[in-house]
Amino acid sequence: MRLSPDEMIFWQYGFLKLNGTIVFTWGLMFVLAAGSKLITRNLSTELKRSRWQNLLEIVVTGIEKQIEDVGLRHPKKYIGFLGTLFLFVALASLCTIIPGYEPPTGSLSTTAALALCVLVAVPFFGIEEQGLGGYLKSYAEPTIIMLPFNIISELSRTLALAVRLFGNMMSGTMILAILLTITPFIFPIAMSALGLLTGMVQAYIFSILAAVYIAAATRGRKARPEPMQDIEA
Amino acid sequence: MDNMTLIAIASIVTAGLTIALGSIGPALGEGRAVATALSSLAQQPDAATTITRTLFVGLAMIESIAIYCFVISMILIFANPFWNHVIAQTAGK
Repeated sequence: MRLSPDEMIFWQYGFLKLNGTIVFTWGLMFVLAAGSKLITRNLSTELKRSRWQNLLEIVVTGIEKQIEDVGLRHPKKYIGFLGTLFLFVALASLCTIIPGYEPPTGSLSTTAALALCVLVAVPFFGIEEQGLGGYLKSYAEPTIIMLPFNIISELSRTLALAVRLFGNMMSGTMILAILLTITPFIFPIAMSALGLLTGMVQAYIFSILAAVYIAAATRGRKARPEPMQDIEA
Repeated sequence: MDNMTLIAIASIVTAGLTIALGSIGPALGEGRAVATALSSLAQQPDAATTITRTLFVGLAMIESIAIYCFVISMILIFANPFWNHVIAQTAGK
């Protein structure tokens, strides 16, 4: 019973192993990078544009609107990081349709790496926005007694991000594998549809939580939270 | 009862209990969250996107607790270090 794509070894030389996680991660990176490069080769601003460009525009403007709704005021600064997180996790879960593919996010190494990226990005954006002193002062925010608790909450948020994504992806593939040995046809199809849905939701959750943490780090004490735009319409 | 049997019994029982008890709390919490979200949607349909987005984020955080229990249960069944240790011992003998 395979617990993660780490155990699918494609090639081995001494202690260097090319396991499923690495191969599938690089495959996803290649698809994302090459696909975007091909689609954005001849961008057109007229009414007539290719449908792939339309698709990319829908995706990018959708993500930008979501980031703005969370409370980050200049979404263009953050869309590189947050958009990549969302697209990587979403594509990783979407490709489970392809037979023989295991999502690399089903391995704790991948999700830990993504969570560590968020852990580094939050102080990075916070210091960029508020300066080093301002950001460090936010750790002692209500009172200096809260300093250890703020630090612990920072670390536990990262751990929760990693384990949440790993648990959801791993449980999807494992339930599928178990059901395949019991009822060959009907149930596994329903469960893999459910797995696709939870994969998309988890991709959205991961990037929205990262956006919320960055927004909390860049907001500062002086700025009031932005008023909700939708209610006033 | 020797060591191997004890470890096996403890692992199996704990794995079952972990996931059984560990999913009660999150399920109740998620039910209450969705119920409150639905009633506030009925009161303010204009804020539907904000409410839905906040609902999903809240549900994911509640769900993480159930996921933690599931991961512990899977570890006990499939990657149990005590079981591996005891198997290695009996294989070495």
